[in-house]
Amino acid sequence: MVEESVRVVRCGGSRLNFRRALFSADSKYIFCVSGDFVKVYSSATEECVHVLHGHENVVSGILLNPNNHLQLFSCSFDGTIKLWDYLDGILIKTFIIGPKLHALFIPTRAEDSIFLTISKEEPDIFQLVSVKLPKSSSQDVEARELSFVLDYVNRSPKCIAFGHEGEYIAAVRDFYLSVYFLKKKKTCNFTLPSTKNKKNAKNRFTCVACHPKEDCIASGHMDGKIRLWRNFHDDKKYTYTCLHWHHDMVMDLAFTVTGTSLLSGGRECVLVEWREGSEKNKEFLPRLGSTIEHISVSPAGDLFCTSHSDNKITVIHRNLNASAVIQGLVKDRSISTGLMVDPRTKALVLNGKPGHLQFYSLQGDKQLYNLDIIQQEYINDDGLIQIELVKAAFGCSGTWLATVEQRQENETELELQMKLWTYSKKTQGFALNTKIAMPHDDHITALCFNNAENYEKPILVTASRDGHFKVWVLADDSDIYKKAIGWTCDFVGSYHKYQATNCCFSEDGSLLAVSFEEIVTIWDSETWELKCTFCQRAGKIRHLCFGRLTCSKYLLGTTDNGILCCWNLLSCSMQWSAKLNVSVLEPDPYSDHVAAVSQSAEGSDLFVFKPSEPRPLYIQKNVSREEVQWGVFVPRDVPGSFTSEAYQWLNRSQFYFLTKSQSLLTFSTKSPEEKLTPTSKQLLAEESLPTTPFSLILGKHRQQQDSRLNETSENELIQLPLTENIPAINELLHTPAHVLPSASFLCSLFINSLLLSKETKSTEEIPDDVDMEEKEESDSSDEEKDFTEKAQETNTTDLGEDVIHQLSKSEEKELRKFRKVDYSWLAAL
Amino acid sequence: MGEFKVHRVRFFNYVPSGIRCVAYNNQSNRLAVSRTDGTVEIYNLSANYFQEKFFPGHESRATEALCWAEGQRLFSAGLNGEILEYDLQALNIKYALDAFGGPIWSMTASPSGSQLVVGCEDGSVKLFEVTPEKIQFSRNFDRQKSRILSLSWHPAGTHIAAGSIDYISVFDVKSGSIIRKMVLDRQHLGVTKSRCIVWGVAFLSDGTVISVDSVGKVQLWDSATGTLVKSHLIANADVQSIAVADQEDSFVVGTAEGTVFHFQLVSVTSNSSEKQWVRTKPFQHHTHDVRTVAHSPTALISGGTDTHLVIRPLMEKVEVKNYDAALRKITFPHRRLISCSKRRQLLLFQFAHHLELWRLGSTLATGKNGDTLPLSKNADHLLHLKTKGPENIICSCVSQCGSWIAYSTASRFFLYRLKYEHDNISLQRVSKMPAFLRSALHILFSEDSTKLFVASNQGSLHIIHLLEGSFKHLHTFQPPSGTVEAMCLLAVSPDGNWLAASGTSAGVHVYDLNHLKLHCTVPAYNFPVTALAIAPNTNNLVIAHSDQQVFEFSIPDKQYTEWSRNVQKQGFHQLWLQRDTPITHISFHPKRPMHILLHDAYMFCIIDKSLPLPNDKTVLYNPLPPKNESDVFLRRTAHAFKISKIYKPLLFMDLLDERTLVAVERPLDDIIAQLPPPIKKKKFGT
Repeated sequence: MVEESVRVVRCGGSRLNFRRALFSADSKYIFCVSGDFVKVYSSATEECVHVLHGHENVVSGILLNPNNHLQLFSCSFDGTIKLWDYLDGILIKTFIIGPKLHALFIPTRAEDSIFLTISKEEPDIFQLVSVKLPKSSSQDVEARELSFVLDYVNRSPKCIAFGHEGEYIAAVRDFYLSVYFLKKKKTCNFTLPSTKNKKNAKNRFTCVACHPKEDCIASGHMDGKIRLWRNFHDDKKYTYTCLHWHHDMVMDLAFTVTGTSLLSGGRECVLVEWREGSEKNKEFLPRLGSTIEHISVSPAGDLFCTSHSDNKITVIHRNLNASAVIQGLVKDRSISTGLMVDPRTKALVLNGKPGHLQFYSLQGDKQLYNLDIIQQEYINDDGLIQIELVKAAFGCSGTWLATVEQRQENETELELQMKLWTYSKKTQGFALNTKIAMPHDDHITALCFNNAENYEKPILVTASRDGHFKVWVLADDSDIYKKAIGWTCDFVGSYHKYQATNCCFSEDGSLLAVSFEEIVTIWDSETWELKCTFCQRAGKIRHLCFGRLTCSKYLLGTTDNGILCCWNLLSCSMQWSAKLNVSVLEPDPYSDHVAAVSQSAEGSDLFVFKPSEPRPLYIQKNVSREEVQWGVFVPRDVPGSFTSEAYQWLNRSQFYFLTKSQSLLTFSTKSPEEKLTPTSKQLLAEESLPTTPFSLILGKHRQQQDSRLNETSENELIQLPLTENIPAINELLHTPAHVLPSASFLCSLFINSLLLSKETKSTEEIPDDVDMEEKEESDSSDEEKDFTEKAQETNTTDLGEDVIHQLSKSEEKELRKFRKVDYSWLAAL
Repeated sequence: MGEFKVHRVRFFNYVPSGIRCVAYNNQSNRLAVSRTDGTVEIYNLSANYFQEKFFPGHESRATEALCWAEGQRLFSAGLNGEILEYDLQALNIKYALDAFGGPIWSMTASPSGSQLVVGCEDGSVKLFEVTPEKIQFSRNFDRQKSRILSLSWHPAGTHIAAGSIDYISVFDVKSGSIIRKMVLDRQHLGVTKSRCIVWGVAFLSDGTVISVDSVGKVQLWDSATGTLVKSHLIANADVQSIAVADQEDSFVVGTAEGTVFHFQLVSVTSNSSEKQWVRTKPFQHHTHDVRTVAHSPTALISGGTDTHLVIRPLMEKVEVKNYDAALRKITFPHRRLISCSKRRQLLLFQFAHHLELWRLGSTLATGKNGDTLPLSKNADHLLHLKTKGPENIICSCVSQCGSWIAYSTASRFFLYRLKYEHDNISLQRVSKMPAFLRSALHILFSEDSTKLFVASNQGSLHIIHLLEGSFKHLHTFQPPSGTVEAMCLLAVSPDGNWLAASGTSAGVHVYDLNHLKLHCTVPAYNFPVTALAIAPNTNNLVIAHSDQQVFEFSIPDKQYTEWSRNVQKQGFHQLWLQRDTPITHISFHPKRPMHILLHDAYMFCIIDKSLPLPNDKTVLYNPLPPKNESDVFLRRTAHAFKISKIYKPLLFMDLLDERTLVAVERPLDDIIAQLPPPIKKKKFGT
């Protein structure tokens, strides 16, 4: 493998709810912006089918091309508009506009004008401009001629809407509604009474939507009211009516396609459908989980979707039944549990929704599972002190999970609860085993399991500010059948009434290290005897960890005042120390490497070292401008093959870290598009196979072949339709015409494949794919191995492998680019 | 302004009766309002919504319908089965005619005004021809099964829509037969009610019938086919009233929940002629049932059980910002219900069917400005005088000495002599009132209680000399020849030489009481007089008009005073002219001749004629000046109008002596507390 430079990449987890999601014309796909990408999801299966990448900054708007509904426009902060073919994930064109683009609008009847929100020179002043997209055959087109439409608009695209047939633009800002008539070039302004009295103080506009058929504008307000404006052609005769159900601000509004209903949503987590604009005739879809931030309606009218503040998109049927949920990484206000890896699913685990622990798949960039820890109804209200999930830890390769929740009303009243969950194989989920009320008298600062394999009984240690650390063991519960097991406290240790701040077990589980402010104590985990103490009279211990594998005799610790120490447990002396203000210290569980992130004024730096040597193996300066809060090593499915010493630490596992602004970053050599592998495009292509004259001919051809095949080979095992087995035909059919090479170029190729199919009686593509899989998933779980074995069984019956060689290598490569198959998602099922 | 000891009276237990009907007359821009006790009031919308006329109520006459016909003739019909016509000049009832159909529930006049149609309890619809003198029964329409609750004429006068229980019928006027019957749905939010009462119908010129019903729906029907076109569910309770604008581009409905909804005819898109009725604004100005609504060209008018008359202007129809652009809520009558005996510190409260006489409490304590003083003696309810007969009291008065009380109903005049013996009080009716003293619109005693002035509804003024236990008719001033207009405001000078009287529209006449002749007439002014008073010593007549203008007229000189001319030259302050309740009482300070004391329902004002007038730049409603302010600043900001808004709603305020004021308040909450409970609505967060 060619040695590449390692760089920091953003790895998913970006906001799906930044802008309104968008439906394709046939409601099969949902598009949503996600950081620098546009994601294409299937609205039925919730799977991500494509990631459209090409923008260099955050994508700020997406819209279907009104002239070709198989194309998608997207605009971005990088100042470009890109036109995509979303079925194949191909970038068709890039229009370079220049300034930062905040939103994108295309009225239905505009010829080739696009409306954009751009920021003027002064900050926080935004303009709506229109731009004519030039017709040009080249890939990159400059379109810098902007014509000004409206000034002082709101930056959010929710505050601008286009009226029916694109006749007028409604824009709201603060207490104003401006309606700009495109034909007459006239603006009507309507002002609501503002802060003069208390009653109207919350009159501020929040969003606007236009009726698709009538001259009617709906506006949402801070006080939860919805106003329906009519007759707005006249400054004086305008009239409006109020709909009031929301008690808090209206976050978004949308009319259905026919305009008979209006949808609204807000902090109440309830989607409200107002029928015929009447206040009495309304329907609700309650309990949507979290604040509705955006609402969108499919052009076919059969689906709605709501984007929520917890990074979730809910797909809702016309009859107000939620049918699918697309859940991204939930970013709570604070990540108190830190980052963990579920040893079973290799999913990233952290607290997400209030009171929940989320299991997030890094590969699929989606949430796998949400474990309700607190198991209480969450009441969304300001100033309410909630129970918070503060600590969590996995033990015994994912069999046990310990969680700590707390609620502190004031200084003296602390409610603390520790829960232990066991993994149930039957239900494939965690079940509550033991609930311990007030395990300590004060905040729990650390908890860890003894993860060594040679211990039969799992051991849990909690350290607390009350000066004790407690050892909890699994014991017989007082059950007459002696079947129930539960956790009880086995040992309470303390050291001179100092606060216990950290605890950790050595790799073999024989030693427990507990730090008491400035002192590190080492305990024998068999007898709970204090073995020795290390004292670094320099500062309080912030992190503590044992070395792994070859370095298991070392104990690492960092202190408050910026010193990283390494103690040798055999000699009971300090091996080395370095001056480093460490904010994250994370050992790799699969190698002897330790990663430390240090914090300085310019940014965060990463150091990777082995505890045995004070010399770092790898230094990456300035991994992030912000403070890095948490980090974790996630084992790789496929070991990397870095040969250089500096990158060897990346071979077994990957280091993920979370910054203060909650962006999840990692180190990678690959470009991000390769890393985030989309799931099968094959599946997608087949279900959208159109019935063209072409396919009819081919269908006939296939029937003939089938009959002939039946004649010739009765014992043929593969019953797959043959046309789909011929890669060339597949490619040809599944790729839209406008992205294919010229017909003359393909002709011979196509004819050849047809001719050869007579001789070949089996597939060529499948063995090829399976080969790839085998390489990729050699060390995956048993289930996957089973799968590959089955696949191989079918392969053994296949005969020829020669068709593939008939195609020229370069053509094949080009074609295969469109259909890379990855079955890794199966592992998640 | 000076410091006063104020008697803050809150024991006037007055509850206005609920509004049942309103009828707007486009020609004269007047509004007729009938209340549940049978009182009918006429408001002049051009004259700053002043209540210029009223007809006293009657126990048996519960008005159910009110309408204007033939220009400016006012008719009402009620549950006693009678149709009444009112004489707007003489302020009495012209005649009553039984319709012979049981209680009348509805009545409307034809678009031309020449016909009246009434809907009766027995299901009959009767047509009356309006003749110049009377009305004449013409014929019956097809009789229906149940009572006719609402009626509406087609603007062409060819058809009538009648709302009944569970159905609407459309009559052909020519044949009198029913041509269409539209049955209503009794479903209300999935629950079937026992019946659906059509409280109101409106016939539009395109043949659309709009109905409002007890299920809470506003429904649009096509009368040609008898089909339901559109249904708006707007309330959980009854929708009780509907009124359509003359242009038929908007209508208004009132619900039992106290909400008034405005519907407008709005074009669907800017470039199509298709129009649709859209519910636009809800107005929640009422707490109780909105029994009736009216639609004037510029305003929505509503009234109901909560006794408020609400006039909500349509902003898009109002050209300039003036009186008409402000929301009006009229609760209290624009006339005095309270009279005061200064010498004995008595207050006489007038209710619909009784009078109450109270003696004010007193205190010995003293305190600083703003202190509430404890009472050493509580207010005393001296007398409760019930009327005889079913008629309401029109007016009442107590003499300054407290020994005479007079009141009048629509047909009888009563005079009582009171005697005080320590704590006991004895009442003696003065019998054998002369025949001409039948009904009075205003009663006034002279300052020395020797003379009684009575303004009768025939336009004449009677002067009666009061003796101990008897009386003597002195003189009658006949109205100026040719007019039959009733006088309804009187003022007598403290020295007893002059009497000023004002009618509903003409100017103020001043009579010389010594020579018993007309002294002079104050030049006529466009707006009706709301209050009159003659100042002591100078004999200046102070007149307040409904447009908030105040004039001072010197009776001896027969001309406006210098100060009044100055005021007219400079004009009143903008805010002064924008106040929306009329001045109902004027009085004078005996020791400070430059002061005029006047009040309306929301403020009490002392006009100091010696100070400069405020212009539009100065602050009119100046708060009480801080104690440590320099004199220069005080002088700079001081102007003639000293306004106090502490007491409101203020029904009466007068000077008892130099240092004592009496203020009678009637808090709105106390009125609401005495009304029947409103429909309970579930409110968020309660």
